[in-house]
Amino acid sequence: MVDVAERLEELWAEKPGLADFIGTVDHKRIGKRYLYTAIFFFVVGGLEASLIRLQLSHANLHFLNPELYDQIFTMHALTMIFLFVIPALSGFGNFVVPLQVGARDMAFPRLNAFGYWIFLMAGIFMSSAFIVGRAPDAGWFSYVPLSNAHFTPGVNTDFYTLGVIFISISSTAGAINFIVTIAKMRAPGMSINRIPLFCWGELAMAISSVFAFPALTLAALMLELERRLGFHFFDIGKGGDPILWQHLFWIFGHPVVYIIILPALGITASVIPTFARRAMIGYAWVVLGEMAVALLGFGVWVHHMFSVGLPAISLSMISITSFVITIPSGIVVLAWIATIFSGRIIRKTPMLFILGFILIFVIGGLSGVMFAAIPFDQATTDSYFVVAHFHYVMAGGAMFPIFAGIYYWGPKMTGRVLNEFWGKVSFWIMFVGFNVGFFPMHITGLMGEPRRVYTYQPGLGWDVWNMIETIGVFIFSVGALITLINWWWSAKHGELAGNDPFGGETLEWGTTSPPPHYNFEHIPTIRSRHPVWDQPELRGGDQPIEAGGRALDDAHVTLSTSLLDARPQALIHMPHESGYPFALSMSLLVFFFGLLSGFLVVVGVGGLFAAASVVGWLWPRGQTQET
Amino acid sequence: MIDARGPAEHGIVSLWWLMLVLACAVFLLVCVMIAGGLIRSRHLSPDEPLPEASWGGPFIAIVGVAITGPILVFVFVLSLRVLRADAASTPKSALSVHVTGHDWWWQARYPNGAQTANEIHIPTGQRVRIVLDTVDVIHSFWVPQLGPKTDLIPGKRNSMWIEAASPGRYRGQCAEFCGFQHAHMIFYVIADRPGAFRTWERNEARPLMQPTSAIAKRGEQIFLSTTCAQCHAIRGTPADATVGPDLTHLAGRRTIAAGTLQNDPGDLSDWIRDPQAEKQGALMPSAPLSQTDIDAVVAFLEGLH
Ligand code: HEC
Ligand SMILES: [Cu+2]
Repeated sequence: MVDVAERLEELWAEKPGLADFIGTVDHKRIGKRYLYTAIFFFVVGGLEASLIRLQLSHANLHFLNPELYDQIFTMHALTMIFLFVIPALSGFGNFVVPLQVGARDMAFPRLNAFGYWIFLMAGIFMSSAFIVGRAPDAGWFSYVPLSNAHFTPGVNTDFYTLGVIFISISSTAGAINFIVTIAKMRAPGMSINRIPLFCWGELAMAISSVFAFPALTLAALMLELERRLGFHFFDIGKGGDPILWQHLFWIFGHPVVYIIILPALGITASVIPTFARRAMIGYAWVVLGEMAVALLGFGVWVHHMFSVGLPAISLSMISITSFVITIPSGIVVLAWIATIFSGRIIRKTPMLFILGFILIFVIGGLSGVMFAAIPFDQATTDSYFVVAHFHYVMAGGAMFPIFAGIYYWGPKMTGRVLNEFWGKVSFWIMFVGFNVGFFPMHITGLMGEPRRVYTYQPGLGWDVWNMIETIGVFIFSVGALITLINWWWSAKHGELAGNDPFGGETLEWGTTSPPPHYNFEHIPTIRSRHPVWDQPELRGGDQPIEAGGRALDDAHVTLSTSLLDARPQALIHMPHESGYPFALSMSLLVFFFGLLSGFLVVVGVGGLFAAASVVGWLWPRGQTQET
Repeated sequence: MIDARGPAEHGIVSLWWLMLVLACAVFLLVCVMIAGGLIRSRHLSPDEPLPEASWGGPFIAIVGVAITGPILVFVFVLSLRVLRADAASTPKSALSVHVTGHDWWWQARYPNGAQTANEIHIPTGQRVRIVLDTVDVIHSFWVPQLGPKTDLIPGKRNSMWIEAASPGRYRGQCAEFCGFQHAHMIFYVIADRPGAFRTWERNEARPLMQPTSAIAKRGEQIFLSTTCAQCHAIRGTPADATVGPDLTHLAGRRTIAAGTLQNDPGDLSDWIRDPQAEKQGALMPSAPLSQTDIDAVVAFLEGLH
């Protein structure tokens, strides 16, 4: 036995040092990096939020001028969506998915590394806009004509267009990787009806991403062409149409809500069974519900445009789909609460975050259905009611599961359990702060406060609520900060986690914490939807060969299985560390800065290095296909 | 929005209360199930296996599809009824006000040639058609107490109707982010009884009141001979530019600069001296005038009833 582990260690270990630090392809390391980087941007986005709330805490404040305010509220959205929530959820996906499906790594480890580096570079690219004092200021939705070169002549909006094109590369690469990993790299026996619910969430997210991001990339490209080269896609004077931008943007912009929420639903569906001590009730309902949400998510975009003046028939069609999408989302929630109702709940921190999440998400969902009713939408859209709604769904709806994930999988990542007491304190402060901060926005919205205003007049009854909101957001930040400190402290001093600190059902709990480089000594054969609960040998931390485990210890390989039944099909040679993903990302950063500044030489140099990196990356090396 | 003062908004508010009640019921169900789970858990022993929950599947199907489905259909149909009422066209004879969005103020034109800015008068008790367009970016016309909002889109002419049941000043504000002073693109819909409205409308269509005092006369001279006339119109004088608001009856307005300032000599003189200090980014430059000249212009403008 020992020598299997030794041989695997030799095959899979990464050397300490800079080369492997940059070249790493280990999904666990990359997953953690995603998470750490995302948390860094969470702090940045949180600071932006604090500035916004300070400015709005009182009527007629001049703490921020409109110029700065517009930059900050735009960057707050971009940072939170593209640089925090999506990558943080990708981080969990990266770390957890290969473990849950029983693989040695993601399907395309170098693409995975590339996805991370692009995310980092795009984050640097977008954030550098603040350094030059020209951050995007036309909103994350950047409606034309406001965002065209006539009304926004500075590079502000170019940071936006180029930045979102840049970050889309990362999301798309990541999505493809998740799809292939979940479809083809599952341990033998993990037939399609045994795929863990977290993986279903990531899969639904990935499928959605692959179709949604191209719309954004295209729209941003068209806008950039219009800004820089005088194209006329959206220019009414030359036969273009500003509404086209809105369609393209929301064909991305609505599904992105599900891109954010589906992995969060996945985390929820992982945590609930563990702490309810019973399998998810209605597994098939949950899977079909999530898939239906991902699909229907492409048919509701026009409900962001109900007041544009489109024909009533188009509005009604979209109203129908917007009502219908409630049903699969509702089904998923019903499955959770049925499981909770009939379970034996262990009140540990991850579960608290999930329970808090369910309440928040249900409130956000319920205010969301209301927008399906066209006249109500026309009355409340672009008011603070919407701000309240989407913070419940996207901010609370993503952050609480992310924090649940931190407490739940943190021990798997670091080997040490996070402090329970401070975890609970953090949860309660966050939960109270969140609701104090965001619930009153429903009220001011109904009172008529429009969104995206840098200030408002006194005497409208908005002041008090705004002050409460500001206080709430600061309370919330304290709670979140406690978790960050807790993480940092517990990673060094926390209690040792052991393999399975919470009694989970999925495969990641059947290996050590943190897992070895090769994840599993023997790639297990799965005989149940709840392998660690039902297969006693896995609880011991490994499935020996007699029980069906496969060592695969004579080459750097993992197993590929069939799509539906997960029958073993092939050994896949996995690539080793490589500097090319980093080199390519760096070159692209240069390339994008070149486009931004308009220095063709820089564009050329970046492009040339990028091309060279691609050639180096894809250069045939012997018999193994290293991509 | 909640404080509806016109028929278009009344339907929406009823819809809202209905949806709120339904939403509360759903939320309650979720709370009860979670609380039930937490309470039951206290009595369950860790050693015994949990009882089967074969009710789970049917529960999901019945609540999630069989009950939710019809409720959604019901709300959908109801929402269409409200929509149909709100979208119904106004009678041919209805007054039609042409509202044009500018960065960052509202121009309102009436069929009889009256023109004003940011304070839109309408008669009570009847539907008034609002025709909407924009000269620059997208804006959105929204009077929360009177009706839903409609965007002003370049190259497109949208329309909607509003109706106020009783006289009053109803605050409105641009609802689509339109840049720097989106926050100060405020307007008022002022509903007068039909008789009072007609008087206002007739007066508003007249050319200016000739100034009588010496200082106001001097103010007019200054206004016409400096930059002001390049952007503003005062009907009855050579000033006929349309970049900024029509000032022919400025004194009839209570606020200036799209609800940003009061229309009194103090605010008006501050505004003319340095608009950027009052409304950063506004598309009006500071006046190259001495304070005495500004006082004269203010005296002139405050006489424009
Ligand atoms: C470059 C064009 C321009 C010039 C020159 C200009 N204005 Fe204006 N003015 C505007 C614009 C645009 C507004 C609307 C500003 C806003 O509300 O955002 C405005 C608004 C006003 C208003 C408020 C009107 C209302 O009902 O809200 C007054 C009064 C006014 N200007 C007076 C003057 C005077 C007096 C001068 C000459 C000293 C002057 N303007 C010169 C463009 C101009
Ligand atoms: Cu506007």
